[in-house]
Amino acid sequence: MTTIDHGAISAPVAAVQYRTCPFTGRRIERSAELLIRVNAVAAVLFLALGGLFGLLVALTRWPAVQLLPADWFYLVLTGHGANVLLFWIIFFEIAVLYFASAVVLGSRLAAPKWAWLGFVLMVVGAVMANYAVLHGDSTVMFTSYPPMMAEHWFYLSLIVFAVGALIGVFVFFGTLVVAKNENTYNGSVPLVTFGAITAAIIAVFTLAAGAIILIPTWLWSLGFISGIDTLMYKLVWWGMGHSSQQINVSAHVSIWYAIAAMVVGAKPLSEKVSRFAFLMYILFLQLASAHHLLAEPGLSSTWKIVNTSYMMYLAVMGSMIHGLTVPGAIEAAQRRNGYTRGMFEWLTKAPWGNPAFSGMFMSLVMFGFLGGITGVILGTEQLNVLMHNTIYVPGHFHGTVVAGTTLAFMAMTFLVVPLIFQRDIVLPTLAKWQPYLFGLGAGGISLFMMGAGTLGVPRRHWDLAMTDAGIPYEFAPGAYLMMGLNGMSAILAATGGLLFIVLVVASIFWGPKLDKPGAKLRFPLHDDGAKAVSEYGSEGTFKLPGTIMLVTIFFVSFVLYYFINWKYLSDLWLFN
Amino acid sequence: MALNPPSNRLWWKEPIHGIELAWIIIAFLWGLFMFFFMIAWHFIGDQNLSTETYRLQPEAFVEKVEAFAEEYQLMDENGEPVEIDGVPVISPPAGGDVYMLGRLWEWWPILELKKDQSYRFHLSSADWQHGFSLQPVNINLSVHPGLEHVLTLTPTETGDYGIVCNEYCGIGHHNMSGLIRVIE
Repeated sequence: MTTIDHGAISAPVAAVQYRTCPFTGRRIERSAELLIRVNAVAAVLFLALGGLFGLLVALTRWPAVQLLPADWFYLVLTGHGANVLLFWIIFFEIAVLYFASAVVLGSRLAAPKWAWLGFVLMVVGAVMANYAVLHGDSTVMFTSYPPMMAEHWFYLSLIVFAVGALIGVFVFFGTLVVAKNENTYNGSVPLVTFGAITAAIIAVFTLAAGAIILIPTWLWSLGFISGIDTLMYKLVWWGMGHSSQQINVSAHVSIWYAIAAMVVGAKPLSEKVSRFAFLMYILFLQLASAHHLLAEPGLSSTWKIVNTSYMMYLAVMGSMIHGLTVPGAIEAAQRRNGYTRGMFEWLTKAPWGNPAFSGMFMSLVMFGFLGGITGVILGTEQLNVLMHNTIYVPGHFHGTVVAGTTLAFMAMTFLVVPLIFQRDIVLPTLAKWQPYLFGLGAGGISLFMMGAGTLGVPRRHWDLAMTDAGIPYEFAPGAYLMMGLNGMSAILAATGGLLFIVLVVASIFWGPKLDKPGAKLRFPLHDDGAKAVSEYGSEGTFKLPGTIMLVTIFFVSFVLYYFINWKYLSDLWLFN
Repeated sequence: MALNPPSNRLWWKEPIHGIELAWIIIAFLWGLFMFFFMIAWHFIGDQNLSTETYRLQPEAFVEKVEAFAEEYQLMDENGEPVEIDGVPVISPPAGGDVYMLGRLWEWWPILELKKDQSYRFHLSSADWQHGFSLQPVNINLSVHPGLEHVLTLTPTETGDYGIVCNEYCGIGHHNMSGLIRVIE
């Protein structure tokens, strides 16, 4: 922890207050801290609401339970998507952006009043969206494909929310400028900030795409526009819908690096490679709108192939690079910490009792295996037809967004509470178990939904038995089994989620105060003061056998699963 | 640390670890392979989604489907039209045009196709977006109102195949179903 404390403090704003973090030595500005807190709290509240909706959805799709009636099921499913995919994630991401700029760079937050305005708009938008959904006339699913129309409130709420988020993103960019001008750091920005910049750039693209499609759709719902082209809507809407998931990827990869740094003292193996991988995200990730249009009429194969592959899989390459450099940096650090025996002592002796580390590492593994590989399969032009709009699709994105992003954000929260709220985590034994409970549940949700999807189970569907259908199709018994297992996994994940919310809220209000001198953290940070810090992550560590084994297993799984799906495809009826 | 500026200001001059370099090359080549394999499947594979699409008014498509159903209605030995649950069964000539209409909330009509015969399959919606999901084959296509998607479809097995809807289309979405019967 060097180099950040000697910046010029000739701040132009009069009332800028800083404190020095006793655990990291970082200079933290008051308004940045406050805004991180409120955004994080809002995020957790919407996670609670969206998570509850998610549990209700899963229990309804469990054929033996079928909890909700059909109209409530579709209503709650719409609310589930909006609350977790938009509100939980983006509130947390705004907190991450403020953290990665103001806190990591030791700077003040640019324009805190604008940041508050953005926050208020986001809260208003999110509350309004929930009102519109719960009111009952906006059961159009999160995707709201026309010509199905929601109440105009619904579209307006998303626009208001997006404007608020956009203000937050620009406050982040402004803070980078402030930090540069006020010389709060030396040389290049840290890797975590670089990753956050990636997320913010993609966020601008995403929010712009959202505005381009939602504003006309809102006008259409008010009657000013006669119709919205269904194909154009999907193309532009997914410019927001899928690209916003790439904000998550950039944000949670940054968090992987951040947690690895704080908890085991990991340094990137080489700055160059990790930054290059983030750069691939900026250049190519926003092509992913095409992933949702592969089974669509009216688009050429050339367009589909180029876009769906992120221009020859260069963005996938970015993720595969992080998939090596994150565990590689951890292995190198752990070997420097003295865990050098065998292939995996560095991993077995890792701080698995620290929820920040265990959550982060499970997020890394499950994002790669469950979310990543299946995403590439789904995004292959011809293979998409095998599972388009089946429940395989939510299976995939629960692997990325729940087991990947949400688990990483939860892990990060176990560091944010002590460092930013200055309150220690209550009930540490339960906190230790939280990531395993949630991670196992989320992994199960992802896996079993994908299993059901390969058996043809449709997504967003109330009745697998199709009891009231004219000519009901009888799904295989395996499909019922998978949906039951999915329901059980959801209970597990919901228990982990509830535990998370209880732990966070209780810690914030009643956790032991950490602002006294000599206070100690229950889940300690890595003590890198005692050790000679090497210049870059791979220096002095010539061999990373554990990481090589991990990526080899990953690559073999990837290749096998890829060709298995081509085999399935070749058995279908012929069509061209 | 990833939370501090690189300790070496000239970080871009640091060497890249051999493992990183090898992995980048592997990932890049695998990406190229996957990219070109999609193109190759257009030449070596028998499952490539047609891009032949026409814009038309949804009502015009409904009229076409109704005319098609009237022309090729299957009759039983008594000369009565064959229906299942009130939905007519249509038996079009092999190699000809067949139509499938998605509407709230059914796939209409029921088709009787012959195994290993190719059909020009016209697919569209009368109202909202629907998801054509043929089971248990697991062929899944998006269906838009106003866009007539034409593909050449060749059933390879006999039997009764269900069609469900996998694009949310309102409160009756889970009751939307259809049938394709494939005979020798």
